[in-house]
Order: sequence, then structure tokens, then C-alpha cells
Amino acid sequence: MDTWYWWMIIGMAVVTYVPRAIPLTFLEGRELPRPVQNVLRNIPYAVLGALIFPAIFFVQENIWFGIIGAAAAFGLAFSGANVMVVVLGSIAVLAGFSLLL
Amino acid sequence: MEESHRYTFTAGLKAGTSIAIGYFPIALTFGLLAKTTGLSVIEATAMSILVFAGAAQYISLSLIAAGVSPAVIVINTFIVNIRHFLMTASLNEKMEPDAVWKKALYAFGVTDETFSVLATRKEDRIRTPFAAGVILIAYSSWVIFTAVGHRIGANLPLFLQAAMSIALYAMFVGLLVPSMKGNRKVVMLALTAALVNSLFYFTGWLSTGWAILAATLISAVFIEYVYARKGKS
Repeated sequence: MDTWYWWMIIGMAVVTYVPRAIPLTFLEGRELPRPVQNVLRNIPYAVLGALIFPAIFFVQENIWFGIIGAAAAFGLAFSGANVMVVVLGSIAVLAGFSLLL
Repeated sequence: MEESHRYTFTAGLKAGTSIAIGYFPIALTFGLLAKTTGLSVIEATAMSILVFAGAAQYISLSLIAAGVSPAVIVINTFIVNIRHFLMTASLNEKMEPDAVWKKALYAFGVTDETFSVLATRKEDRIRTPFAAGVILIAYSSWVIFTAVGHRIGANLPLFLQAAMSIALYAMFVGLLVPSMKGNRKVVMLALTAALVNSLFYFTGWLSTGWAILAATLISAVFIEYVYARKGKS
């Protein structure tokens, strides 16, 4: 690759970093209006909903991986397992499923 | 004081371990794909070191292969990652106040995954060393396994690769579900965002980056509005 590649990753680095850094630095020590604070507090749960669905169903071409994986993850999580057990357990279930195929 | 600092950093490393596991197969595949795209091991690893953004890095490879101009790739990276603006704004409410240079430093490591782990913590305020621990272990996994994937030039056995592709989603589920229990608002927030994002996905109205951003914002504002009205009446 030529020098353009290095300019490109520097550009990618800058445009990725700036949106991550602006709120954390500019908002330091500033009190936002109460309704804005409330909305920001909602973001984590809304983000998780959007990150999980619908992408979890499309982890593999074969949709059954997504369906079985999602069922395993939600099943384990609702039964009270911690995050690590949910992750490793879901992987184990899909490994078993994929060996059966 | 020293003892408690060490504890929180170590606790962060531990909390970030599930991210490191989830990044492992993705970084490995990224290294491998970068090699087949014609990048050297230095070039591939440098991208993971400097950019640290999974989806954007994957897309950049397919765009490089398609001969798309570097400027367009940079713009596309910006669009894919703009959602982190919303996440760091939210995270800022939860982090302990600290020197701006420290916040500028760990801001680099806020990805979908590190954000999810940090933002769903039960404690009111997250300590900076804890965040540093979560980010460091996630980042290390991402960088190291990019290089490893390129060097060995092979992937995991197919069955394991297929199984491990669920890892990060399982982690998101494992982080979300405990907060959903006994909290209707959390359920409504996740459900609304999931439905809106699915709508964007299946209609193709928005690309993934914008879709996640818009779905999150619509859900967070709408549910807050509903609850504020309920509170008044």
C-alpha cells in the first residue's frame, strides 16, 4: 500500500475519535438541563435494544444460529447467570448445534 | 487509597473480559481479511491501534477492495461511528468528574461494547481506573488478535467461528436483562429501540450506523416523554 493508506487511517482515526471525545471533554463539570439528563440516562438501554435487534438473528447465513443463539442468551440471562456465563454458555450451545449440522 | 485504585482497575479488567472474548474471533477475522485485501501486518494492526472501531474497519476493507477513494472511506467511517457521540454524552453523566486530559484519553476507547459494560453498571458513579481497565483489556484483545489473524493467515475451525459469532450479542443480552427485571421503563426503552431499528433495517431507510443512532434517540426521547406525562397526570 502507498502513503494514501496512511493518510486514510489517520483520517479514519480522527473522525472516529472526535465524536467520542467531544462530549466527555466539553461537558466535564457542566450540569445539563434535567430533561436532557433523563434522556441521556435512557440511552444505554435503548442502545442495547438497537444493538441486539435485529442483528443477533443474522450472525450467520443460517438464521437458526441467530435464533438458537438468541434463545440461549436470553434463557441464560433470565435465569440469573452473569454476563460471562451468558457469553460462554451461548457459544457452547451454538458449538454443539453446529457440530450436529 | 492506593489499594482501592488497584482494586478498581483490576475490577475493570475483569468486567471487560467478556468483551475481550467477543473481540477475539472478530479481530482474528479482520486480520485475515486485511491480509487478503493486500494490507501488510503493520498496516492492518495500525488500523486497529489507531481507529479501534470494528464495524467501520470491516467496511473500510471492502471499500478498499472495491477501489473506493480514501476520502469516501473516511466519510463513511465518520457516519458509521457518529453514534458514539450519543454514547459518550450519556457516559459522561455516569463517570466520576476527572481531569479533562484523562477523559480525553479514555474517550478513545469508547466502543459499543465498552460503553455497554460501563453504562449498565449498578453504581452511581464509575471510577476512571475502572473504565481504564475495561477499555484496556478490550483494546488489547482487538489489537493483538488483529495481528495474530494476519500472521497465522487462518481462521478458527468453522464450527467454533460460527459459535463465537454470537459472543458480543450474548454479552449485550447479558448486560441488558438484569436491568430489565422489575423495571418496566428499561423494557420499554429496549423494546422500542429494537422495533424502530428493525423497521429501519428491513425497509432499508437508513444505513446501520444512522439506524442505531436514530432508533436509540427516538426510543430514549419518546419513552422519557411518556413517563414524564404519566408522572404529571
